[in-house]
Amino acid sequence: MPKLIIDDQEIEVENGVTVLQAAEMLGIEIPVFCYHPKLSIAGNCRMCLVQMEKSPKPIASCAMPATEGMVIHTQTPMVKKARQGVLEFLLINHPLDCPICDQGGECDLQDITMAYGGDSSRFGLNKRAVPDKDLGPLIETAMNRCIHCTRCIRFANEIAGVPELGATGRGEHMEIGTYIEKAITSELSGNMIDICPVGALTSKPYSFQGRPWELSSTPSVDVFDAVGCAIRIDTRGREVMRILPRQSFQINEDWISDKSRFAYDGLKYQRLDRPYAKGKDGRLHPVSWDEAFNVIADHFQHLPGDHIAAIVGDMVDTEAIVALKDLMNAIGSPHIDCRQDGSKIGYGPRSSYLFNTTIAGIEKADFCLLIGTNPRWEAPLINARIRKNYLNTGLSVALLGAPHELGYPVEHLGDDPLIFEKILKGRHPISAALKSAKFPMLILGQGALKRNDAEVILGLAHKIADKYNIVHQSDPWNGFNILHSAASRVGALDLGFLPGPQGYGVSEILKGAAQKKIEAVYLLGADDIDVSSLESTFVVYQGHHGDRGASVADVVLPGSAYTEKSGTYVNTEGRVQRSFKAVSPPGEAKEDWKIIRALSDHLGFELPYDSLNDVRARLVEVNSLFDELDTIQKASWEDFGKEGTVLSEPFKATIDNFYMTDSISRHSVTMAKCAQEIQGDEQRNQIHEK
Amino acid sequence: MLKNSDRIFTNLYGTKDWRLKGAEKRGDWEKTAGFIKKGQEWIINEVIASGLRGRGGAGFPTGRKWTFMPKDDGVTPRYLIINADESEPGTCKDRDILRNEPHKLIEGALLSGFAIGSHTGYIYIRGEFYREAEILETAIAEAYEAKLLGKNAAGSGWDFDLYVHRGAGAYICGEETALLESLEGRKGMPRLKPPFPAVIGLYGCPTIVNNVESIAVVPTILRRGAAWFAGIGTPDNTGTKIFCISGHVNTPCNVEEAMGIPLKELIEKHAGGVRGGWNNLLAVIPGGSSVPLIPKEICDTVLMDFTSLANVKSGLGTAGVIVMDKSTDIIRAIARLSKFYMHESCGQCTPCREGTGWMWRMLMRLAEGKGVSEDIDKLLDVTYEVEGHTICALGDAAAWPIQGLIRHFRPEIERRL
Amino acid sequence: MKKSVTHYETFEFSEKNKKKLTDILTRYPEGRQASAILPLFELAQRQCGGWLPGSAIEKITQMLGLPVIRGYEVATFYTMFNLKPVGKYHLQVCGTTPCMLRGSEDLKAACQKKLSIGLGETTKDGLFTLSEVECIGACVNAPVVQINDDFYEDLTKESFIKLLDDLKEGKKVKAGSVIGRQGSAPEKKGDHAQE
Repeated sequence: MPKLIIDDQEIEVENGVTVLQAAEMLGIEIPVFCYHPKLSIAGNCRMCLVQMEKSPKPIASCAMPATEGMVIHTQTPMVKKARQGVLEFLLINHPLDCPICDQGGECDLQDITMAYGGDSSRFGLNKRAVPDKDLGPLIETAMNRCIHCTRCIRFANEIAGVPELGATGRGEHMEIGTYIEKAITSELSGNMIDICPVGALTSKPYSFQGRPWELSSTPSVDVFDAVGCAIRIDTRGREVMRILPRQSFQINEDWISDKSRFAYDGLKYQRLDRPYAKGKDGRLHPVSWDEAFNVIADHFQHLPGDHIAAIVGDMVDTEAIVALKDLMNAIGSPHIDCRQDGSKIGYGPRSSYLFNTTIAGIEKADFCLLIGTNPRWEAPLINARIRKNYLNTGLSVALLGAPHELGYPVEHLGDDPLIFEKILKGRHPISAALKSAKFPMLILGQGALKRNDAEVILGLAHKIADKYNIVHQSDPWNGFNILHSAASRVGALDLGFLPGPQGYGVSEILKGAAQKKIEAVYLLGADDIDVSSLESTFVVYQGHHGDRGASVADVVLPGSAYTEKSGTYVNTEGRVQRSFKAVSPPGEAKEDWKIIRALSDHLGFELPYDSLNDVRARLVEVNSLFDELDTIQKASWEDFGKEGTVLSEPFKATIDNFYMTDSISRHSVTMAKCAQEIQGDEQRNQIHEK
Repeated sequence: MLKNSDRIFTNLYGTKDWRLKGAEKRGDWEKTAGFIKKGQEWIINEVIASGLRGRGGAGFPTGRKWTFMPKDDGVTPRYLIINADESEPGTCKDRDILRNEPHKLIEGALLSGFAIGSHTGYIYIRGEFYREAEILETAIAEAYEAKLLGKNAAGSGWDFDLYVHRGAGAYICGEETALLESLEGRKGMPRLKPPFPAVIGLYGCPTIVNNVESIAVVPTILRRGAAWFAGIGTPDNTGTKIFCISGHVNTPCNVEEAMGIPLKELIEKHAGGVRGGWNNLLAVIPGGSSVPLIPKEICDTVLMDFTSLANVKSGLGTAGVIVMDKSTDIIRAIARLSKFYMHESCGQCTPCREGTGWMWRMLMRLAEGKGVSEDIDKLLDVTYEVEGHTICALGDAAAWPIQGLIRHFRPEIERRL
Repeated sequence: MKKSVTHYETFEFSEKNKKKLTDILTRYPEGRQASAILPLFELAQRQCGGWLPGSAIEKITQMLGLPVIRGYEVATFYTMFNLKPVGKYHLQVCGTTPCMLRGSEDLKAACQKKLSIGLGETTKDGLFTLSEVECIGACVNAPVVQINDDFYEDLTKESFIKLLDDLKEGKKVKAGSVIGRQGSAPEKKGDHAQE
């Protein structure tokens, strides 16, 4: 625990802390470009030079470990001169195109120059010209602006695990680029735009669309997977202009996936902005809200409650879910389900459907067994944590399921579920590794839980967890994890949005519809089911996009997308999080719980809440967990799963196109380009290699 | 003047056989095992007592550098790297050792490797020295054949392997951490220090990087005794040194001389004097391109050693003496060095990447008479913005020659404005 | 100079070089084979007649388990890798100050005039490529030109042109000092003491 003095203030820090970090703790600002707390130290920009007593030269504070008795000055003439010098050098070849640069207004180089730079340029020669690079549909480049901090290279190497960027040439001819110009094959590539301290890498879809000072920011929660990344929605007027990550140490650190960041243009296309009802001609016609509700009421009145079913989609907020659940209860229907993908879990104790280790907890694991999951596509930020652990500790990872490149070495055990039984019996080579691990974790993905034998798999997993000490008795370690891919899923399970006794699950509802046992189906944002079996059923579709669900609907109720409502979501860890409304829904569309509340009037079961606060009180009433925001309630380890035979059918992948998984991303032009350029490339390469 | 009998490199010019047989005749590989049997501490102490300062340019005491190695844990490999990336303009001394005295270097590698507890050595030789590398490889093969390298090297009980690794054209790889990066298969970009290579070097293991000449003199120091070596030169600048005298002299050459020889004597005795006589001398860069030049008045009396040259704001560096007579366009001569540094900057850190090119272009404008009077101070100020602000010393090396030029030849620059 | 990769159909090491390659790889500890990248690039360049095609960069990086961009970085960083074909004789005139002081600029100019090519260019007959290089470490024998693997020292405009003529005519030329100096020894036997 060395003690040092910085600008006459003494501070004691842990071993390994750098001078820069120590200064930060004291609230002393040291300007930086190449340093980034989540990346390795490069020490190349020289912006963070400070004076150290007994050293004739200034030192790079980002790279210098604090040592006992060090005396540091950050405000001397020597430091001032060094900073001015570095800024002058960075600017001599940096174009003065701030007025047309998308980084303008949020540029580190601008800000730091204002604070620490000289007042005029002494450079009278021509500036260097560097050709721009094509890095794909997401990242716009203006390489003249590059200051060679190498953050993007380090991000690609370290966080994304795709070593495709490099600095070629040398001296003043050094350039950042790829070997052959091509899109970066990472689902996290957009983060390079954030970490670029200048306008060299900017967002292609946002190019020339706005200025930071015109935007209002709203903190929110991402819904494209079940990770619940902290995001910031930047809007201008009624339009979402861009989406950026918010820092969240527990969840996404500083990053979000490209889908979370760039799919927002999907919010502009194919929106449901007014109610529709099917006319006698069999086509949807615009109607008023009252007319739409009346059509529903007319139909429902003639049906017994158990002939009506409801399915909740993947992006729905818990406020809407609890309202729909209350409505279905009032109607008297047990046929409700939130598992569009046909997953078979949710009845057991909470620990049977949570990511118990927690995302931050992944860093502690010393062995990881993946079963039926491709975390890179199902939860890119969880995959990034696994990679982080691999980088820090060399974590060994084994995968039982469909093979996929994950960005770190993985021992592929095959896709035969019977191997799972072998592991339990200690008859598989991987058993030894599991046994010797102190903090082993296993992750069951939807590829293992959609199967007909899902509950048997779950039971096996429980036994494996017990046998290999995956859940510790003495300390809080719980290495048993379910990886969900739907943002609404855990919240819906916590609210019990599951078929009751004699109730039908999704597949039975669809089958029942064909057999006329189910005569009306309420789809709340549910698009990823086989809607063709509902063609002769009365379908109410409530949601934000004219996607698969709306195509078979008799009545369409326009709801809100995640950016357009304040909602509560529970992520795969079981963390309850709130988002805030950033823009209003388009046209006559409304917040989803309000639609259900209004419909309940027409059906004659007035739901007992009139405000968002009331609905949230109802959430807590149904499950007190909803009272604890942003924290993890540890789920107790109990029995779950079933005995039985494992089917021999191999584990299958659940996502075959990362960029198009839901009604928003399917309507995003940007995501379509990514699917074509990035994923297309990768698949072609894989085929080529085979 | 150095006595012939005190010369270490008796085949500096390659008049004799460089092969093992010839080398043995000149005394190489004599009593090698005996020195090793005296122990690591004995060798290190002898080298410290000899006062040997590193011959690569910085002049850090070689023996003391060796003591910076952490204690041998018996598990972690330890490496000896011999820096044969000789690229400093004005310097071509290691080339002669590599092609004419390879066995002195190989024997020195074994003794020094043993002293620091290393079983593996690499000689990083610049790629352009293709023929020199061929000779070195042959000499190493001879040494293996004669069981002077490998298991129980020279019958000493110590195992030592020595490999040649060729560079591929990058001055910066002469910087020890850039050399390590290059040897590990990457671009030669200097590492941040600390940690120093002695603690975390090649492949993350304790590593000592020494210049060819430093290592090649070790066997003779051990054979003739530290006192003998320390008796040559001056107290802080002991021993013999190979000087390279290039530029405007009548007979440019390499020569081994005593440290502290007067510059004038060195040039007149060995290089046939300045072209057109001593009075035709304009300036000398006394220690390779990285040190500031000194004008004739200083050359008249200065001694060639680390201390004396530091006292006149220059340095001994690699002892590459570049002589310029009065016909020299001194601004262009220094500008050409600036171009060299621009070309050789690795591009990693800001002041050097951006500053070297700027400095060269400003200097060219001054040389071409396109400058204005503020340009001189601006240029000088930019050299101070580069100096001391970079990861490695290349920034300093780029700044110093310009500072020396302005210090001593400002009137000449002003004349051309 | 900015470098970029030129592509070539495919690259395979020759049988002879495959043996060398094995020997090179054994010089480095297990798991540190990336160290071999410079020697292997050099070997490939030699096999390809003096230049390093993109296919060789790809092959070698793949062989060493490195991402191809790492190989591209290395190939563009070190000046000795030619990423485009060069002539049979690669004339590398040292232009740094010690050589400049002794006439390297004249050598350059004479050579450009004689061969009608600029720096970095190759003669139409594919015989000569002219480059200016930085200090090649033979300063006491300045001015120096490196042609392929050999140094030609103590040149003058005239002796350099003669050398070019000889090469063009396919005559055997002797490397080293063109005025017959013994290594780095002083030219005239005067009163200097070292032999």
